[in-house]
Amino acid sequence: MGVEGIGARVTRKEDKRFLTGKGRYTDDMTVPGMKYACFVRSPYAHARITGIDPSAAREMSGVIDVLDGKQLQADGIGNLICGWMIHSKDGSPMKMGAWRPLAVDTVRYVGDAVAIVVADSYLEARDAAEAVAVDYDELPAVTEAIAAMADGAPQLHPEAPGNLIFDWELGDGAAADQAIASAAHVIEIEIHNNRLSPNPMEPRATLGIYDAAEDHYTCYTTSQNPHVARLVMSAFYNVAPENKLRVIAPDVGGGFGSKIYIYPEEIVCLWASKKTGVPVKWTSDRTEAFLTDAHGRDHVSTAKMAFDSEQRITALKVETVANLGAYMSLFSSAVPTYLYATLLSGQYAIPAIHANVRTVYTNTVPVDAYRGAGRPEATYLLERTIETAARELGVSPAELRRKNFIRSFPYQTPVIMNYDAGDYEASLTAAMEAADWAGFSARRADAESRGKKRGIGMSCYIEACGIAPSAAVGSLGAGVGLWESAEVRVNAVGTIEVLTGSHSHGQGHETTFAQLVAERLGVSIDSVNIVHGDTDKVQMGMGTYGSRSGAVGMSAVVKALDKVEAKAKKIAAHMMEADESDIVVENGELKVAGTDKTVPWFQVALAAYTAHNLPGGMEPGLKETAFYDPANFTFPAGCYIAEVEVDPETGKTDIVQFVAADDFGNIINPLIVEGQVHGGLAQGIGQALLEEVRYDPESGQLLTASYMDYAMPRADDLPSFKLSHQNTACPSNPLGIKGCGEAGAIGSPPALMNAITDAIGNNSLTMPATPMKVWQALQSAH
Amino acid sequence: MYETNYHRASSVEGAIKLRGDHEEGRYLAGGMTLIATMKQRLAAPSDLIDLRHIPDLAGISIDGGNVRLGAATPHAEVARSEELRAVCPALCNLAGMIGDPHVRHMGTIGGSIANNDPAADYPAAMLALGATIITDRRWITADEFFIGLFETALEEGEMVTAVTFEAPEKAGYAKFANPASRYALTGVFVAKSADGVRVGVTGAGANGVFRHTGMEEALESNWAPDSVAGADVDPEDMLYDMHASAAYRANLVKVMAKRAVIAAG
Repeated sequence: MGVEGIGARVTRKEDKRFLTGKGRYTDDMTVPGMKYACFVRSPYAHARITGIDPSAAREMSGVIDVLDGKQLQADGIGNLICGWMIHSKDGSPMKMGAWRPLAVDTVRYVGDAVAIVVADSYLEARDAAEAVAVDYDELPAVTEAIAAMADGAPQLHPEAPGNLIFDWELGDGAAADQAIASAAHVIEIEIHNNRLSPNPMEPRATLGIYDAAEDHYTCYTTSQNPHVARLVMSAFYNVAPENKLRVIAPDVGGGFGSKIYIYPEEIVCLWASKKTGVPVKWTSDRTEAFLTDAHGRDHVSTAKMAFDSEQRITALKVETVANLGAYMSLFSSAVPTYLYATLLSGQYAIPAIHANVRTVYTNTVPVDAYRGAGRPEATYLLERTIETAARELGVSPAELRRKNFIRSFPYQTPVIMNYDAGDYEASLTAAMEAADWAGFSARRADAESRGKKRGIGMSCYIEACGIAPSAAVGSLGAGVGLWESAEVRVNAVGTIEVLTGSHSHGQGHETTFAQLVAERLGVSIDSVNIVHGDTDKVQMGMGTYGSRSGAVGMSAVVKALDKVEAKAKKIAAHMMEADESDIVVENGELKVAGTDKTVPWFQVALAAYTAHNLPGGMEPGLKETAFYDPANFTFPAGCYIAEVEVDPETGKTDIVQFVAADDFGNIINPLIVEGQVHGGLAQGIGQALLEEVRYDPESGQLLTASYMDYAMPRADDLPSFKLSHQNTACPSNPLGIKGCGEAGAIGSPPALMNAITDAIGNNSLTMPATPMKVWQALQSAH
Repeated sequence: MYETNYHRASSVEGAIKLRGDHEEGRYLAGGMTLIATMKQRLAAPSDLIDLRHIPDLAGISIDGGNVRLGAATPHAEVARSEELRAVCPALCNLAGMIGDPHVRHMGTIGGSIANNDPAADYPAAMLALGATIITDRRWITADEFFIGLFETALEEGEMVTAVTFEAPEKAGYAKFANPASRYALTGVFVAKSADGVRVGVTGAGANGVFRHTGMEEALESNWAPDSVAGADVDPEDMLYDMHASAAYRANLVKVMAKRAVIAAG
């Protein structure tokens, strides 16, 4: 490792820009003649639209136009789609109800877009939006998944009787049933996974620009994957063909999954720009973000875990109902299926696993991937279940896990995944040592003397990242391949541009990707620029989510660098009259091995572009492209241990210690990895202790529509984290990387809930473990 | 926010005249509630008359045991006042617990008590300290000033100019914060003086801030943290919402009262 190469704790190149307020976000973009949009949104959770009268709004100051869904439909703009086909166990395809970018007949959640107002200023647009008279015929609403499946529940889409989207299964149900019937012990538990709002710091925004002279559209947007946005808007929404649509995602301030999807606003602003003849910008305010950003989680499950007399797990059977909201968002169907049930084996050898997942429509904002996406739900279910089993079987939680760990690799689970590498024992041992597990009983006694209830809990998580082998996801219903592309351009004087289809919205790619180049070519990271987020610059790409940028995106860069290096060696060999196989790259120079003959990197680049003296038949230039399709998922894993003190008088939980021992494979930049873990832990702890989206079950109004009621974690809610790594290199990609972006959010909720339930002696507690709920649980435990 | 006109008043008289000139106008005393409400378009005053720059409303003055806080004194100034800390540290501590640093530098004591948010901190202290609220036209005891949820004895256009109280022998404040907003889910201020013990409770009462006379009597007969344990706090009298049930708030009233006594020493 060089001072800036792989493994170096380099501070982030992009931070100067961000910390000095010089980031350029979508809302910072200004073009001549630009006007502002405000959306008219449904105040009802479920209603029929009986009329829209824009006449008063049209007369108001500054108003350019008011456009509605009928006009959008007449212009041939398509409905929003879900891009991952899931079939029910009876073979029928999932029931996709129409999601119109602007509602036409029916609104199905509070915040559903009905019309757009374009005006000279945002305030004029907003004033006019209030003056658009929409007549609604209110219908009964349902917000909870179980209630939506009940007889007589309000029906959202004619395509989906009983609000059922699909009834899907994975695994061998008969084998699981048989193992449960003959088990020595069966543990049953009900698990709720609370609904969350993603809350990126930058709210969504978009700027649609139609150029009539070229019949061309430009869309600035807050996207994690601008190429996918262009693909979907071209192929399905009929906005414009791909060659007439440029999508730019400039600096993006956090996404956590919520900016993967195409939302109505991008489509409508592009269309409105053509209709009005002016560029149209829309920026969400925070209330709109709560109302309209795709939410995460919202599962209700029951689990049965069977054990033999030696306390080995023989089967797991899971029934899950997932709330997908009012419409199927872009990847919503994949989250509670292939990103969830495929991880139900966890770190354990379980011979029989069966999961049955039903997804339902409700009158709430769509639910889709949120940091972890399915894997936190699987981990929470499994790690709460095994902890409960340890308590019921009277064995220590570490012992029960150890007995059941997978210890040889590769390991084929009964739920599709083939784990390629790992060392679960190493992380468990490291975490228990860091947490001083052995000293807990003394600490508990001390806490008791101070009137506090102390508890300790662990979670051994695994996730599947590096998504994903294209053929594999294609066979499971994905509408896209999940490879990544890269282009390495060596300029004539040796500086380097790396174009990647990954997209950084806080992950630090401008630094880590440059570190990879520095490692390979021995150049400074300052001579490397990372280009991303623009469909006119980068050839194609699938974007950033699922902790894939290192494992997939950087692997594509490796492939392109291989090609660049091979060509550079040929040129250097020619220049130094040496054999190509003797050329090595060292410290920014190409060198004839075992001699003092060297040629600096920039001279090779210059030679490639002057082309005065290249090997015979060689094309000029030094620029290479690669597409990388991963061979397998990657499997980050680890052990988290939380220790808490509960104040029995108020129910307040203090996290007195939090240990995270992770296996992320090889690490490019430990500083950035630690930051990713800290952020993930904050969100996981937020889920466990604080955060929950609440709708009024009768009216369908969002009750947690601001930070007055939605509890985001603050610095003083969090302890100082103790981190460590027990890395096993990933054999499935050239860098040995597994991914680290989601682990914190996946592993921490069950560790905390296991600790709190240990402290209070009541296992029925649900997330978030608010002081009131903990206090109530303590009352009923007495 | 709807369009509004901003006026920066430089005197009490000037502010009152401006307020009188604008029927739909509102005083602005920090705006930590009002501005947020306006941004959500839930309030739309035609004119805002900013009181924070009126010299007569500024500052803390202490004369022996008598404390006078100008209505425009921001929470941060109360929190860091060494003079006040010398005679009534509990009020400094309370001010330091309000909101975040931004709120504490903008929000004022006058604004807080005139708004009388049922989860605001200052009203509990005003009741427990037996404070007097001074307005542009009269003096009102805290007992008479706080009437109900967001409701006070202030008349149309009447302006709080200061609060005053005699420093107690001992006082303490304990607050259990709402996990989301960090307003008081329940806050209890206890004060012991020659005239007796007073207990002010905020965040919990169905009708807003209130005095708990049962606890006052218990503490008068025995000033000790555990004295409040036997007090009767009826859940029927408590607020309830998605953050806290009435029964939980009733529990918190006792727990915070006990901790306020501990804090008072």
